[in-house]
Amino acid sequence: MPEPAFLFGQFVGGLTAAMFLFMIAAGLSLIFGVLRILNFAHGSFYMFGAYLAWQFMRWLGPGTEYFWLAAIGAATGVAMIGVAIERLLLCRLYRREELYQLLFTYGFVLILADIAKIVWGTQQLSVSRPPSLSGSFEILGTTVPHYNLFIILLGPSIALALWLLMHRTGVGRLIRAAVLDREMLGALGANVGGLYTIMFGVGSFLAGLGGALVTPVKSIVPGMDVEVIVEVFIIVVIGGLGSLWGTFLGAFVFGQVLAFGILIMPRFSIFSVFALMAIILIWRPWGLLGRPLSR
Amino acid sequence: MSALLALHDIHTAYGLSRVLFGISLEIAAGECVCLLGRNGVGKTTTMRSIMGLTRPSSGRVVWKGGDIAGWPPHRVAKAGIGLVPEDRRVFAELTVWENLDVAQRACRRPGPWNVQRVYEVFPKLRELADRQAGFLSGGEQQMLTIGRTLMCNPELLLLDEPSEGLAPLVVDRLLEQVGELKQQGLTILLAEQGVDFSLRLADRVYVLEKGTVRHSGPALELREDAALRDRLLAL
Repeated sequence: MPEPAFLFGQFVGGLTAAMFLFMIAAGLSLIFGVLRILNFAHGSFYMFGAYLAWQFMRWLGPGTEYFWLAAIGAATGVAMIGVAIERLLLCRLYRREELYQLLFTYGFVLILADIAKIVWGTQQLSVSRPPSLSGSFEILGTTVPHYNLFIILLGPSIALALWLLMHRTGVGRLIRAAVLDREMLGALGANVGGLYTIMFGVGSFLAGLGGALVTPVKSIVPGMDVEVIVEVFIIVVIGGLGSLWGTFLGAFVFGQVLAFGILIMPRFSIFSVFALMAIILIWRPWGLLGRPLSR
Repeated sequence: MSALLALHDIHTAYGLSRVLFGISLEIAAGECVCLLGRNGVGKTTTMRSIMGLTRPSSGRVVWKGGDIAGWPPHRVAKAGIGLVPEDRRVFAELTVWENLDVAQRACRRPGPWNVQRVYEVFPKLRELADRQAGFLSGGEQQMLTIGRTLMCNPELLLLDEPSEGLAPLVVDRLLEQVGELKQQGLTILLAEQGVDFSLRLADRVYVLEKGTVRHSGPALELREDAALRDRLLAL
């Protein structure tokens, strides 16, 4: 039996990873909830968030707290890229079969990966932690960097903010109505296309933010796009596509299974997650908190 | 008398299955016109064609003198046409109040309707304001759908089978309420299978059969002439 302190360390590590992934998965899930499109390029948006954060840090210089500026700038930049892609290209495919939409977003995975290689090369890049969060503290025998604590707190904050957006604002009510019956909402006079663009922008922002915030703990490399899209895809499927709390739960479970699965089968840690997904889908085909699609 | 809405030779199909074969009709401002006919004759499709939910393959939909055929539904709604769909389609997970609020935000068409006024016409909805729409009874849902559409301040209300699946007492109450709306000057196009509801409310009637207009005339005529009614609507 491993030491309790070690187990707690694994738990905290899993939780940190989970909250990073939640941020990104929430964006994917939101977009799917409203547009009914599974955006494969979501991982590419995450990668662009990371590269843009690095780029902004270069331009801004080694200022003390420029990291936050760079992170917000990167997320906003990614949101703008997302909105442009949706408004100029993707919106032409809504009437087509799903296969075209999937192929389209997959095409963007390839295009964006190549653009990233052309602009930033294939070398590993890294960004240092902002000075205000560079310390760490000890709890139950585990050292937790302040930055990780920040991420652990940020995850639920984003979840809560999204919930408030959806349930306490007029735009949120419109979005929920669009999820339930978009044809009816259109017949009531709503330009559903505008809502789609907003949602795609918000979802892309979250992917970009996740990518920017991950830079102090992970190096930026080509291939991080595909790696993350597989992970967040598993998360939204476990949790139930389109469900906010399902995604939160899915991310939590994913992080923990990965953190503890590595203890049981060190060489097959990702296998444990796929096994988990298979079991959950057999038990609940629409995910933990998901439900069958309406019209 | 110039028509508020006129359909000229509308043909509509769902993919390869053709449903409407040249429907023409007219509605004047302030009138209540009823589309009568059995299931599957094209009443709902006529409504969907007007609303832009299903695009007519040919023909003109003339609203206040301009052709709106092929417009997207949200533009049609903003132009002043509101649809109360056949299967009600409330936003089931939103509360009653949220359903009404969403409709107001969706359209933003200026006019007399607001949540309070909808509650005055349908007092039951005020009591149920915080209830999820999916948990309402059929009659309550029907009130909500009508109220929701009114929030867009339509000049023409398309009412698709409002009495379907409702108990007779509920239908009577609904009839009064729709009659009240008519009194207030709202133009109504009603689709019904049964003559009870429609003939008590309508000024004029179009009887549809197999996607065409079989008969048109004053509702009075059908109300009084049982033989004509039986011939046109025999099951």
